[in-house]
This record gives sequence, C-alpha cells and structure tokens, in this order.
Amino acid sequence: MIKKILAWLSILLFAVFSIYPMLYVLSVSLRGDNAFQSHSLEIFTANSTVKNFYTLLWETDFLIWMRNSLFISTVTTLLGVSFASTSAYALSRYRFRGRNMMLFSLLATQMFPSTMLILPFYIILSKLHLIDNFWGLFIIYSSTALPFCVWQMKSYYDTVPKELEEAALLDGCSQWMTFYKIILPISSPALVITALFSFMSSWSEYVIAAVVLQDPQLYTLPLGLRSFQASLATQWGLYAAGALIVCVPVLILFISISRYLVSGLTMGSVKG
Amino acid sequence: MAKIEFSKISKSYGTAQILKGIDLQISSGEFLVLVGPSGCGKSTLLRTLAGLEKLDSGEIKVDDRNIHNVEPQNRDIAMVFQNYALYPHMDVSENMSFAMKLQKRPAKEIKEHVTQIARLLQIEHLLNRKPKDLSGGQCQRVALGRALARKTSIVLFDEPLSNLDAHLRSQMRVEIKRLHQSLKSTMIYVTHDQMEATTMGDRIAVLKDGAIEQVGTPTEIYHRPKNLFIASFIGSPEMNLIEGALLAKLPWPETQDETRRSNQILGVRPEAFKISQGPILPHELELGAFHIELSENLGGQQMLHGLLEGQNVRILVDSMDSFCKDQKLSLKIDLTKAHLFDKQTGLNQRLS
Repeated sequence: MIKKILAWLSILLFAVFSIYPMLYVLSVSLRGDNAFQSHSLEIFTANSTVKNFYTLLWETDFLIWMRNSLFISTVTTLLGVSFASTSAYALSRYRFRGRNMMLFSLLATQMFPSTMLILPFYIILSKLHLIDNFWGLFIIYSSTALPFCVWQMKSYYDTVPKELEEAALLDGCSQWMTFYKIILPISSPALVITALFSFMSSWSEYVIAAVVLQDPQLYTLPLGLRSFQASLATQWGLYAAGALIVCVPVLILFISISRYLVSGLTMGSVKG
Repeated sequence: MAKIEFSKISKSYGTAQILKGIDLQISSGEFLVLVGPSGCGKSTLLRTLAGLEKLDSGEIKVDDRNIHNVEPQNRDIAMVFQNYALYPHMDVSENMSFAMKLQKRPAKEIKEHVTQIARLLQIEHLLNRKPKDLSGGQCQRVALGRALARKTSIVLFDEPLSNLDAHLRSQMRVEIKRLHQSLKSTMIYVTHDQMEATTMGDRIAVLKDGAIEQVGTPTEIYHRPKNLFIASFIGSPEMNLIEGALLAKLPWPETQDETRRSNQILGVRPEAFKISQGPILPHELELGAFHIELSENLGGQQMLHGLLEGQNVRILVDSMDSFCKDQKLSLKIDLTKAHLFDKQTGLNQRLS
C-alpha cells in the first residue's frame, strides 16, 4: 500500500513538473495584457481573452509558417522513409563489399552535433544556390535523420525470418515484389517509428532553418515564433499562443500512432 | 508430376563441403524422403532444387530439362518451411491464393483451388483468420495448404513437422501421405526423424556428411541396410550391435576365421530375438542365456534390457508375458534378420 502511494506521489510530482509549464504557457496566451511576469497561478482570470489567438491567426504570417512547416516536415518524412526503408533492406539482406564500412560510417555521422555541421552545410547550399530554398532544408533534414532511420529499419528487417522471402520467391515474386508486397507491409511498426522520427526532427528544428531561410515568407514555425521576440519588446501573448498551436499536430500524430509506437519499441522481441 | 534427376551435385560454404557429388533420380509422382542427421546436407539439397541455393557443380534436370538458369519463381515448385513462413499480414485465404493471384489466374479457379485444399486439410473455418490467431498445428496446415493450393508439379517439405507435438505429428504424417495420393505431385520430404522417413516415403535416401549412403524402399533400408550407419540410424528401438565371442557361434562362412571375427560386428534388431521354446528351426540360432536387468512397457510390446554373454542387449517381446528382474532366458535369433558388419568399413557383409 505504501509502495503504491509512493508510486502515485512520484508520478504526480513528475506530472506537475511536465504539465505546469504547458499550463503556464496557456495562461500567458489567454492574458490580454502581455503579462508574462505575473506570478499569479490562475489560468483563467477575469481578463482572459482569445485575442492573442485571433491576432496570431489572422494578423500575422502564422498560417503561412504553419503551411511551410507542414510541407517541409512531410517531404522530409517521405524522403526519409523511402530512402531508409530501401537502403536498410539492402544492408540487412545483401552481403556486398563495403557493407560493414557503410554501416559504421552511418553510425559515425551521429557523433557530430548538428551545430558543428552548420558552416559546411551553409557553404555547400550556397554553392548549390539552395539558400532561401526549401530544397536546402529537405536535403539537410533528410540526410541528418537518415543514419538513425536506416539503423532503425535495418534492425527491424534483421528480425524478419528469411524464409518469408524465400516463400515469396517460390510463390512467384521478384525481389522487388517481395520487398513491397511482403516485407514493407509487415514492417509497418518500424516504418511508423521512422516516419515519426523524421517528422519530429524537422518540425521542431530551429538552428539550421535559421541559417538556410532568410525570407520571412519561407519561415517555419520555430523561426516565425522567434520573430515575435524583438530586442526591446517581446509579444509574449502571441508567442505563447503560437507555441501551443505548434504542439497540436505533434500531439495528434502521437496519439493516433501510439498503438504502433508501443509495438515498435518492443519490436526486436517479436518475430514478424 | 515431374521427374527429377540430380547428377554430381556439389556445394560448399567456404571450406566446408556440404554436398559431395550427389546422384539421385526421383520418378514422377514419387514421395521421396531425404533423411539423415543434422548437418548432413539434406536441406541444402532440397534448396538447390528450389533454386534458393546456387550449385557449385553438377546439374539438376526436371523432366529432362536442365533448370540451372531457371529462376526459383519459374520452377513450378512449392515448398513447406519448418517455421511455416506464413505471410503475417495476410489472412489464411490470402496466404493460400497469393501465388495464384501473382500468376493472374482467374478468380473463380483460385477460389475453387483454395476451397478444395482447405476442405482436404480441414481449415475451411480458418480462411479469414490471420496467422497470429492460429495455433502451431493450424499454422502447419495452412502452410501445407499454401504449398498445395497452387498444384505445382513438385512440392518440397523442409522438416515441416518438427515444431509440432508427437500426437499432431503422427496425425499430419498420415494426412500428408493421403494428400500425396490424391494430388499425385512429386514430393520430396526432408526430415531427421527416421520414423517419419520410414512411415511416409515411397523411397528413402539416407544422407550422411553430404553423400548418399543408401536409397531404397523403407523395407529395403530397414531389412537390408548397406552399412553400420544406416543400420543404427534407421529403426527404433535401435539395432543391437554385438561383438566378441558370440560371433563364433554364427554358422556363416565370414565368421569362421578368428582374426576376421575380431573385426566384425553382429547387428540384430530387438524384434529379431526370440525366447527359445521348442525345436530350433534351420534358419535360427541359439545364442545363450539372457540375464534380464530391466523391463520397459511400450504398450503392445515390452523391451527387456539385459546382458547376453556379458554384452548389453535389448529385445522386444510381447507385453502380455511377465518377466522379472534377474530372470534368465534362453535366446535365439532369426539368422535371416541378422547382419554382419565390418568394423573398419562399416559395410554389411551379408548383403549379396
């Protein structure tokens, strides 16, 4: 019994820790008076208003940033998933010269922090005339997310028994058909995780986007939100309202695929 | 139905030679069992026929046509795998119709084949279930169904029953045999279980270390084993192998020379012993006193473990007779069912 109470208490403590900032942001977004410094713990006050949300949606470029962010994250996800699923399959199933070297170097790229890569990325993109261009971001985002995605997919493919492919081969599939008719459908848990990872990493990325994108019309959400922060006055109300809306797509995504998430995290232990 | 001919098949993985020049003919519609201890190359031989392994040398002909350059999907071969290898994202009927759909056969024909085979295998009620909702035995039936529904001329089985319990295994043995009789495809069945081999095969090929030791009907293999390995591998309970002074009693010309005798082993199956009662027939030989140490009841028969002239021997007798420990019996053997092996070469010297 005591154990149970202790468990509940500690969970409660962590819940408060993680929910309080969110509630604080909510309360700031609802205050009309830009009262970021208020110490009141009330969420809904007598002065609560949705004015910040209205201004954000209709009087700023927020919707354009939202569209940009959705577009960039979706394309990055599609690129990431299609490259990761195919290359990981090759790395899992075929033995070829340089395979181990390739796997190792994919892993090695994960050792560099992305801020370290900004300068070389900038130089490369400017030579390719891809500064202020979404393609610049697609390339950087998918190439930085790929190594992890490839490893993730490869370790899933490794658990798929090879007899499944042999059965498909004898049933009349070519190698490509075996891949997309048998292997891809049964790899959906890993595909979902890979897609989620790609989406999240580009959705909330700030530093690289700040370097590549300069035209405010091309801004992604994190860049847009930052623009509410000026040197003298910051529009905290708008900032908070924006921050809340940014969470929504990710929340929806998480909730709708949480079923796959659990099976994906335990996928090494279950055979296809 | 198809005739299959393996000639001089060799296959190595690195330095390990798995198949050492195998020659084997399988006639159309035959049920051939490849049996041998694990690692003897039987599965590899099967996989070369399916096209899942490339040959180092030799050739495989199906209906007199060399299939070396034919892709696995074009060989008209179906295979049942040890771990079932059902497609987990498809239900049973999709699993069974997958290959036929790929061949773009008419929907009506596909449905007919699937229902016919499902009825034969008694899995009609499972057609809409996913493999994860099936028990091991049901999965095995579906795997069989998937291989048979296509009605290929050749069906291969790679230890399909080894994951099932004993009861299911004996049930499936009969069922596979029955399916073979009604479908008449050429079937090759790989197993390490000699019981499966003798009960199912029209013919058996016994493999050891990548080479075929003997090919023949189950009766031939059981009663006329070519060498010591086959004699002890096939048959359960195992054959008794007797050495030493007892051999001097044998009336055969091979055992008359004492120096030769020290190099020979007498092989007698447990059921070839009889308890001496009444007169000795011309083909029988009185061997001496058997000292019972233990009796095992096997149901219809019982196995007596004991010493015959100082050597451990097991004999099978009717379970209705009662024996007790330390009882002494006089034993005789049926000479037509006794074998004499050379210790060095292992060859059966009584085979003419």
